[in-house]
Amino acid sequence: MNRIKNITKSIWVFHFASGPCNNCDIEILDVLTPRFDVERFGIKLVGSVKHADAILVTGMLTRKGAPRLKELYEMAPKPVVVIAFGSCASSQGIFKPSYNRTVPVDEVVPVDVYIPGCPPRPEAIIDGIVKVIKKLRGEI
Amino acid sequence: MRIFFYYFVFPGMLFSILLGIFASWFERKITARIQWRVGPPFLQPLYDVLKLFSKETVIPERGSEVVFIMSPIISFVVSVFVATLVGIAQFYPEIGFQGDLIVVVYFLTIPSLCIILGGASSSNPLASLGASREMKLVLSYEIIFWCSVAVVWIKTNGLLKLSNIIHFQTQTSPVIYSISGFIAFVLAFITALAKLGRVPFDIAEAETEISGGPYIDYSGALLGFFKLSQYVLLVAVPFLLCELFLGGVNVLKYIIILILIILVENTNPRLKITQFLWFAWIVLFPISLIAIILAIKGL
Ligand code: SF4
Repeated sequence: MNRIKNITKSIWVFHFASGPCNNCDIEILDVLTPRFDVERFGIKLVGSVKHADAILVTGMLTRKGAPRLKELYEMAPKPVVVIAFGSCASSQGIFKPSYNRTVPVDEVVPVDVYIPGCPPRPEAIIDGIVKVIKKLRGEI
Repeated sequence: MRIFFYYFVFPGMLFSILLGIFASWFERKITARIQWRVGPPFLQPLYDVLKLFSKETVIPERGSEVVFIMSPIISFVVSVFVATLVGIAQFYPEIGFQGDLIVVVYFLTIPSLCIILGGASSSNPLASLGASREMKLVLSYEIIFWCSVAVVWIKTNGLLKLSNIIHFQTQTSPVIYSISGFIAFVLAFITALAKLGRVPFDIAEAETEISGGPYIDYSGALLGFFKLSQYVLLVAVPFLLCELFLGGVNVLKYIIILILIILVENTNPRLKITQFLWFAWIVLFPISLIAIILAIKGL
């Protein structure tokens, strides 16, 4: 239990983009800007999945992306949280009729939080983060 | 018994980790304020380390396991040793030994060597790239650091004991108040930035291009040891600069050096490795020789 609590104070996020339209990724950068500044909560982006406490998946899983997401999840040091970001990652969104579609994210790896929206607003992202933290602390 | 106290409590492990955590928070907070952000809470570096120690440690299948595990630990142990020697010279001047300056300067290279070994042993291509960059960095800044230490040595009439150097400077005037001393301080400051992996010279880590370089395959407690040794070095290296050039450590001098580091870090882009080699060997190295000649002339 204590192990999980330590994570909630410093969440390092690894960003995995599999076939998004790139709008979600730009919204993620928004929450790092001075207006929203998630470093207040100890959250920062890292470049390697070995440092990650949370894997943020954007976009619909493509044929190339799906096996790699599974591999990355297995590589990441546990405990790790998976966040499905945007309508695409949560439910395949507007790319549902695509030839390159595979399965939704939650059929490949266990997803802890879904943040809906196309793209989600920064406020929605921060709300999602708060929900993750509450869930890890066992408050909801 | 006393020796354990010096190493583990004051001025060694406990003291330097706590002060390093403060310094790291200070650095991140000032950076955030410069960028008009709020910045992390006070104990954020401590939370980071606690979290790293409570996570799983993944060891890569290929690559050398022993070297991979040992290098962060050696890096931490040696950085604490450096912090102890540097702290002893300031706080307990009577128990240092003759020539501890040389020991400190040699030991300061070991954390960099550990980064090289750890990166190379993880069998990750980006980590090897980072390790090779770190090697080039060490090979070029080390001689400049030695030259600036040599200026101090000449200025203090051949003293090699840190506490004697501090004493000498309080008797006369700090080394930085002479021309050669000032040049040597600037050179030593630049190499300190490279030793600490701060921004104009964070070529080996380069989060945005090779995503952490040598650290890329480290996770959990092993990454935590690297983080801790960075915190400890953030205490030891500025302390050493204060003792060599400013005539002893006090809170004000330490904060000034930290603020200088932070300002340089926030106003400069990262150099390329070729630019750094050029800068070190063509620009800085001749300047350091000039500083030595000036010091011999007594300026
Ligand atoms: S959810 Fe919308 S904004 Fe995000 S990647 Fe999909 S289409 Fe683009």
